[in-house]
Amino acid sequence: MAEAVFVVSAVIILAGAIGVVASRNPVHAALFLVQTLVGVAVLFVLNDAHFLAAVQVVVYAGAIVILFLFVIMLLGVDKAEELRIEPIFGQRPLAAVVGAALAAVLGAVVITGADVLTGLRRAGGERSLDGDATDIERMGRVLFGEFAFAVEITAALLTVAVVGAVVLTRRASRSDGSETAGAATAGDA
Amino acid sequence: MSGILVLAADPMLAGDIGLVEVVLTLAKAVVAFAFLLVAVMLMIWFERKLLGGMHQRFGPTIAGPFGILQTLADGTKLFFKEDLVPDRSDRFVFKLAPYLSLIPAFLAFAIVPLGGDFNNGGEVEWWGRTTYLQVADPPIGILLFLAMSSVAVYGVMLAGWSSGSKYPLLGSVRASAQMVSYEAALGLAVASIVLVTGGLSTHDMVVAQAAEGYFGIVPRWNVIVTGLVPFIVFMIAGTAELNRPPFDLVEAEQELVGGFHTEYSSIRFALFFLAEFMNTITMSAIIVTLFFGGPAGPVLVSEVGGVGIAWAWGVVWFFLKLFVLLFCFVWMRATLPRFRYDQLMDLGWKALIPVALGWFLFLTALEVGRERGWNEAAVTVVSLLVFAGAALLLVRAVRSGRRARDREAARADEPSDPVEERA
Repeated sequence: MAEAVFVVSAVIILAGAIGVVASRNPVHAALFLVQTLVGVAVLFVLNDAHFLAAVQVVVYAGAIVILFLFVIMLLGVDKAEELRIEPIFGQRPLAAVVGAALAAVLGAVVITGADVLTGLRRAGGERSLDGDATDIERMGRVLFGEFAFAVEITAALLTVAVVGAVVLTRRASRSDGSETAGAATAGDA
Repeated sequence: MSGILVLAADPMLAGDIGLVEVVLTLAKAVVAFAFLLVAVMLMIWFERKLLGGMHQRFGPTIAGPFGILQTLADGTKLFFKEDLVPDRSDRFVFKLAPYLSLIPAFLAFAIVPLGGDFNNGGEVEWWGRTTYLQVADPPIGILLFLAMSSVAVYGVMLAGWSSGSKYPLLGSVRASAQMVSYEAALGLAVASIVLVTGGLSTHDMVVAQAAEGYFGIVPRWNVIVTGLVPFIVFMIAGTAELNRPPFDLVEAEQELVGGFHTEYSSIRFALFFLAEFMNTITMSAIIVTLFFGGPAGPVLVSEVGGVGIAWAWGVVWFFLKLFVLLFCFVWMRATLPRFRYDQLMDLGWKALIPVALGWFLFLTALEVGRERGWNEAAVTVVSLLVFAGAALLLVRAVRSGRRARDREAARADEPSDPVEERA
């Protein structure tokens, strides 16, 4: 049963991944990405990581890809792009090299087993606090106990990024209106 | 890889799964789906009739007694209309979109407990199997509802984009911004409930609310336990998430023709209509479950002719509460005028999200204080002071931001474009 679920979702994930790369319309590519993300969510459920599955759907499918689509629609680039033009010189050969390297690393991980990178055979395997706790409890303990500082720093980093983005956009809009007056009060925005 | 067998906390699915379990689960799903379809039919009639009453007109009167078959007549008519697919549309996505908004509405309903005697744990025994009166009780519980409401955005968004026309596109861009914004407030309100329940399962939430109340008469519903604020936030954010008036900018008739479904006709339009009302019913059912104790309530007559009907009282209470909430939704629609787009964004980001977050932290402080055995009155006073201080800071920040913007607008030589200003 578990194997059947794995095979079906693996096919869905791979089909989605190929679709993301192969489709010429950016909106279709984003939809294929959703397909892949939902397939991965099913794999999470298969491994008893129910909370991760929910977060995968809520955050990735529900927010991030929505933002992708939002930008695609706002910019109006929803037509097939002209593929002969190369925006950055040497981009294509470089992409091929990097892609091959990534494939080699992933292949190595799959062949040698999962423990080359993290030393963990499965998620929560060595760190599990007690067998009965659900994955949400374990994750909460690890995130807000052991790694509380890292979580706080990440939150601060994201907030700074948002504030920085807002400040940058406001300064830009000011300079095209009146350049000299804008610079003096740019700090209090 | 044994995970697939523990998909639910439902005691029926804990042991071996045989034919009876499969049939029971299928039966529950079919009954819930049929119920939703019938409920949508009645809801559309109810809404039109009630709106008519509030506007001092009659509403539907012709089809059937009190016009109750009006929806059936409308549905039949829509079925036989020509099904148009615009020439410039993206055909596959155009056809996919209605289903993307219909399916999440139904899936979210699966986690709603519909009945059962919650004075005794809320379990029912049918054919020798102990089970819950809800389609599924997954470990992620209420998160399934949040996941489905975030997936539901796709239906509206893709419908507008794939139509290949301007008004639907504007409607869908509005919809996606609105739904993503209000999801945050919705999630924070749910977090308060999860905090006081100590779990995600909707069944456990109802069990917790069925416990002994205050002073013998006031029930232990979460609307009281969490102090009303999360309920108000959830109600407003939920209405915005449903794109119902006063938050129906997505299909504002005066500005956008029909909004995201302008180009839809025939049965595909009917599917959108169905999804909209199904979402309303699901949202009301979720509110009943989260804040008003779901099917929990007293058992007045426990058996009739030797057959135990204690579980049926749960169904009765659930439907009564659901009915009251649906009435409130229609009432809001008849009363409140539509928001402007900048007001909508202000309300979501500057009022609802901070209030929901602050109240969640306040409840957390109370919980921690109780756990550590601190003086409860002192904890309450200090947390409320911090809450008020933070609110003051936020109001000041918003004010000074607005002043800076006004100064900037005054300084610019040509009068600034108000639309650009808000974006």
